[in-house]
Amino acid sequence: MSVIVLTLIILVGSYFAGLLGSLTGLGGGVVIIPLLTLLLGVDIHYAIGASLVSVIATSSGSAAAYVKEGITNIRLGMFLEIATTAGAMVGALVAVYIPTNFIAILFGVILILSAIMSLRKKAELINQQPSKLAEKLKLNSSYPTANGRVDYKIKNVGGGFFMMLFAGVISGLLGIGSGALKVLAMDGIMRIPFKVSTTTSNFMIGVTAAASAVVYLQRGYIDPGLSMPVAIGVLLGALSGSKILVHTTSSGWLRWVFALVVTFLASQMIYNGFTHKI
Amino acid sequence: MNKFRDTDMQAVIGWILRAGVLISMSVIFIGGAFYLYRHGHTHVDYSTFKGVPDFVHSPGGIINGIFTLRGRAIIQAGIVLLIATPVIRVVFSAIGFVLEKDYLYTGITLLVLLIILASMLSGHAG
Repeated sequence: MSVIVLTLIILVGSYFAGLLGSLTGLGGGVVIIPLLTLLLGVDIHYAIGASLVSVIATSSGSAAAYVKEGITNIRLGMFLEIATTAGAMVGALVAVYIPTNFIAILFGVILILSAIMSLRKKAELINQQPSKLAEKLKLNSSYPTANGRVDYKIKNVGGGFFMMLFAGVISGLLGIGSGALKVLAMDGIMRIPFKVSTTTSNFMIGVTAAASAVVYLQRGYIDPGLSMPVAIGVLLGALSGSKILVHTTSSGWLRWVFALVVTFLASQMIYNGFTHKI
Repeated sequence: MNKFRDTDMQAVIGWILRAGVLISMSVIFIGGAFYLYRHGHTHVDYSTFKGVPDFVHSPGGIINGIFTLRGRAIIQAGIVLLIATPVIRVVFSAIGFVLEKDYLYTGITLLVLLIILASMLSGHAG
């Protein structure tokens, strides 16, 4: 395939990946890797490298907006970044020794988990139970709502930290933001309000991805010819997605469509992994 | 005395992230234009992993490539800037916590920087 044709195909595909990723909150990376490997026959190492680059672009771009609105809990993000960056470093370092078909299967499994996560009902829980460790680490904070700023407290700091370590390893291994795992840790374990957990997770994704990207960059996983259309496409798609989100209130059916698409891609990744085609 | 607060840090961090993405993506876009102009009809194959060409693999090669207007070297420079953006954000958070006299979080932030540095060095060794 010539450079211009491949670039255009990837640009269009990445645009839709970024658009859907932003509308559903799953991130563009989860669609980019199957698109590159299954559809275009790109080696999975290059796909992971290109996806990581796009993850940094979208998470930094949207984090900028959330941070200014004061929703992101910067201290919580900073503290948990110890776990995610350490995990990401380990993930990127061991990725070299793991057979590519195993990476494809693991990717499929995480993809299905993300799809299930995106369909969950999101109730805004506000925890008021105090925790000593959260107190000591100054993690309790407040966030803006329609009725003014609401205070919240954080629990299970240790459990959340451990889960973040795992999220970091997955992110470094697969080249995705693993936002679903981060939200699971903050929402499910630490009982952080949903709005805060999604924006803080997004805030952390850039740094986490950078910690593994510095390894991949030196290993030659990040190819400029491939990363260029992926990064531009996903970022533009994510920007359009955030514009649409402001104008529509319900995206229920869209979540279902995306979950189905993602599950299909995931099963393809798993199948190709087991048959050693990846 | 001027007191540096969390809201100031939020503004600075937001600005850094936005500027970093804008600058690096512009560089990637310009590099992409050069790359397509010069190599648009070249045949490419990414089906087997071969690493990246030498001239985009070392800082010297990238700098040299920028001056000779090699598209992929310019793109790679943009990618390096993009990867640096969240790291620079962490550096500024550290400065912010020092100004707030929050030494616990200054330490936590420095630890994150140290991990990224270790990752950088370990990647080099591998």
